[in-house]
Amino acid sequence: MLDADFFRRWMATTAASVEREAERLTALDSAIGDADHGSNLQRGFTAVRAALEKEAPDTPGAVLVLAGRQLISTVGGASGPLYGTLLRRTGKALGDEAEVSEEELAEALRAGVDGVMALGGAAPGDKTMIDALVPAVDALGEGFAAARAAAEEGAMATVPLQARKGRASYLGERSIGHQDPGATSSALLIASLQEAAEGGR
Amino acid sequence: MKMLFNVPETVVADALRGMAAAYPDLTVDVENRVIVRRDAPVAGQVALVSGGGSGHEPLHGGFVGPGMLAAACPGEVFTSPVPDQMVRAAAAVDSGAGVLFVVKNYTGDVLNFDMAAELAEDEGIQVAKVLVNDDVAVTDSLYTAGRRGTGATLFVEKIAGAAAAEGQPLERVESIGRQVNENSRSFGVALSACTTPAKGSPTFDLPDGELELGIGIHGEPGRERRPMMTSGEIADFAVNAVLEDMPPRSPVLVLVNGMGATPLLELYGFNAEVQRVLRERGVAVARTLVGNYVTSLDMAGASVTLCQVDEELLRLWDAPVSTPALRWGM
Repeated sequence: MLDADFFRRWMATTAASVEREAERLTALDSAIGDADHGSNLQRGFTAVRAALEKEAPDTPGAVLVLAGRQLISTVGGASGPLYGTLLRRTGKALGDEAEVSEEELAEALRAGVDGVMALGGAAPGDKTMIDALVPAVDALGEGFAAARAAAEEGAMATVPLQARKGRASYLGERSIGHQDPGATSSALLIASLQEAAEGGR
Repeated sequence: MKMLFNVPETVVADALRGMAAAYPDLTVDVENRVIVRRDAPVAGQVALVSGGGSGHEPLHGGFVGPGMLAAACPGEVFTSPVPDQMVRAAAAVDSGAGVLFVVKNYTGDVLNFDMAAELAEDEGIQVAKVLVNDDVAVTDSLYTAGRRGTGATLFVEKIAGAAAAEGQPLERVESIGRQVNENSRSFGVALSACTTPAKGSPTFDLPDGELELGIGIHGEPGRERRPMMTSGEIADFAVNAVLEDMPPRSPVLVLVNGMGATPLLELYGFNAEVQRVLRERGVAVARTLVGNYVTSLDMAGASVTLCQVDEELLRLWDAPVSTPALRWGM
């Protein structure tokens, strides 16, 4: 079972990996966007880490709702509302149980991803974060390692796609041949799940 | 790249402190990143609130003042502000007559202003929204995020702001704002990329001897790259792109806008070419504005915005305005 500690670790691990990969995310964003994805997410997850230390929410749902709210209030751009909604919806779907199963997490994360699709209007294949998140959620039933592999594969698979949402869509065909920064950061978020699980052992 | 700041993390806050010192008619909340006209809320007047990423100065903070915006919310460089800022701004300027959000059509701005509108309405503030999407370089289809908001933002904020200053009701101010947007089209070109403070190097690679056609205002590459053209050739290309999309039926306001690093000397010369093309195409010009108004950091280049006006819109354009960047009749 996964407790609030696990979710706090998930967020802390994500913050660390966003920090580590910030330059790469920004470089990807520079090719087809506006060169700030890394720094924006870094600011957001730094705020998430600070809020979780200060408020110490004690259920998995409360951890994610607080994290989502922090992202909405600090990131801006499209990533703030989209990642914020992902975590808030997932957290709300987890309810106020003290511990949740991996299956319950998979189900809640699907609700979160649905929330992101409803807000941003993106579908699989549009070259967005959805292209990493949907395969990850589909694979989550087989464990965190499988979800991580699916997310990373999904992010790589955005390279040949033409962007149909977000700022990269302005480039039309010139967006082809570049990996989507949002799908890449989504893969980091999912990879952090596995690292959080290993860190607890 | 050499730039004039202390550390990249504080460029926005530093600029706000500088604006506060320069413009005593503005109340600048540096911590919460909200710029408000000092005499707000103004009784009986609808309040215009806009905002967006920083890096487009004087947009939006430089357009705060009587006859234009009541408040502006600057985000990080090229990043939409967060809903908390817009709600705070709306609460500070609402006189009870309602608030009009002027939103440039970018995914981030739209999402954050939508969230803010909901939150503000929860607090009992009446909110309407005008979306600005004037950039003809982007195909407006299901397969893009839609046309970008660029130069027309200035026309919407000035003309709807004048209507608000006359005491017109929210519904009317909103419909005037929409009409201005629908009557406006823009096209931009870049001679160089821009450099964001956080990255410190150009956002894309544009070799000497080439230019980008159909650029936006966030350092994103355009639709097409060509060998460098003369000012006259660029004017032909840009004006024709606009007119193809919007064959004008009435006189137009012309904005010849610099992207940040192109000197006024060049912009004036470019304007002469823009006016030549308009004359050749039989388009009557009602008013012209030339300068750096909707910029993209240190990008070199220019954009052309045309806005078709009737007598009412022209009267509102000519109405007095008193802001840091636009000031006449007062």
